[in-house]
Amino acid sequence: MQLNLALAQINTTLGDVQANLEKHLSLLAEAKKQNADLVVFPELSLTGYVLQDLVPSVAHQPTEDDPVFKHLLKASHDLDLVVGFVNEDSRHRFYIASAYLSGGKVLHVHHKVYLPTYGLFDEGRFFAWGDSVRAFDTRFGRMGILICEDFWHASPPYLLWLDGADVLLFSSASPGRGLNDDEKLESARWVERVNQTYASLFTSFVAHSNRVGYEDGLHFWGGATVFDPNGELLAKGPYHEEALTFTTLDLNQLHRTRARLPLLRDERTHLVEHELKRILSK
Amino acid sequence: MIDLSINTELARKILTGFIQSEITRAGFKRAVVGLSGGIDSALSCVLAAEALGSENVLAVRMPYKSSSPESLEHAQMVIEQFKVQSETIEITEMVDALISRDPEMSNMRKGNIMARARMIVLYDQSEAFKGLVVGTGNKTELLLGYSTLWGDSASALNPIGDLYKAQVRQLSRALSIPSAIVDKPPSADLWAGQTDENELGFTYEEVDKLLYLLVDQRYSPEECVAAGFDQAFVEKVVTRIRRNQFKRMLPPIAKISNRTIGYDFLYLRDWGT
Repeated sequence: MQLNLALAQINTTLGDVQANLEKHLSLLAEAKKQNADLVVFPELSLTGYVLQDLVPSVAHQPTEDDPVFKHLLKASHDLDLVVGFVNEDSRHRFYIASAYLSGGKVLHVHHKVYLPTYGLFDEGRFFAWGDSVRAFDTRFGRMGILICEDFWHASPPYLLWLDGADVLLFSSASPGRGLNDDEKLESARWVERVNQTYASLFTSFVAHSNRVGYEDGLHFWGGATVFDPNGELLAKGPYHEEALTFTTLDLNQLHRTRARLPLLRDERTHLVEHELKRILSK
Repeated sequence: MIDLSINTELARKILTGFIQSEITRAGFKRAVVGLSGGIDSALSCVLAAEALGSENVLAVRMPYKSSSPESLEHAQMVIEQFKVQSETIEITEMVDALISRDPEMSNMRKGNIMARARMIVLYDQSEAFKGLVVGTGNKTELLLGYSTLWGDSASALNPIGDLYKAQVRQLSRALSIPSAIVDKPPSADLWAGQTDENELGFTYEEVDKLLYLLVDQRYSPEECVAAGFDQAFVEKVVTRIRRNQFKRMLPPIAKISNRTIGYDFLYLRDWGT
């Protein structure tokens, strides 16, 4: 089976959900024209990233009666999509969230579980921490979603892998930093390296959609990537520019790679459990 | 080996994108730069020209009677090579009007008056030209506080404030800024013969490396001494950084309400754009 994937590395208008929604809908139409099956938008693609006190005013619920999601759910009859937003729950906690929409339904909502609150980041001040990492079924097989800092930690991708995800969908609003004489920023090199490593270690597809544009002095570097289960780069978006990056995932590659390299088969989860229990009981 | 070199193509792309983004989303398409004849303002001017188109950049030369003629010539070289618009507005009359009230005043006071007179001229041109003032303070100068508060430090946006002096030089060479400007000793040109390095008491080359360890690499002062820097030099620089924190911030507001600007009323400037 094949999956035509499009990674939408967009710029956003800070705090203007309507303007961002319109951009999503027009890109979805464009991706559909080019026969995409699934479009992945970056972290907080409906709102912009450094929201601070804007958080409560840009929050939405991924439901049919939500004025934003009703349009996205309608579009999901044509193709699947992952969209980034601020999710307000019924108890009025605000999460950095990404939702997978397909066939007019919400298949999965991920709440970011690691909120960086150090250096230039201040997410823990404004958002609630997600508390689950779950794979979910799609018409293309089982997938998992993580948001930026989630995959700077090794455990969330590992959990998704064990929970059955063969396609890992990562989204980011990653501020560029660490300019030296290398051809890439340190932040870009780090993210590309770990994405490739996860694809290799978990013999899985790893797709990353990162936004572009500026918010005050911060810039976001784009550079979407897709790695296959052999850890090979399948597609790469440009740095610093808006783009829709298309690639076809040959899902049968999972069969071929894992026949050669049965890392999943041999993964000793009970050993992990046993040792984790021992370590945590100290 | 402390290496401050940068990928100049990437720096150019990020910084011109920043100028373009931050000026247009504020509702403008033009920029105003005070062009002193020195390297920092030349770099900001050239980056702005590349970001916005040279016809959308106004370079303003603001000599005082004691300014070196060479500064004026060097500024003119940038104007001609990069084809930006230009104005020359002498500040002598307005500055001397204030100095004449107390002719014995210190060079420091005179220098501050000149820097602030230039700020007034630039912000007036900002309104006249409908362009935002692009800042020219580099990271070395900002960390050391080597600037006049609300004078040369005043701007609407600063594309070069995260570049050390050595990196300003490297990027300026890559952007073909004339070597006469890149290679001369940096000077605030507030009085004859003044140079930054004489006034500071150390060279940019030395202090850039120390700042890079202290700030970027988070070395403690003790670790910098262990890495080979002179202890008195390290202490002097650490003190300068701390004492000049006020120049890098807006004035603190005394909090009495539940929601106070700066503490818990938090929005980016790009709010809504």
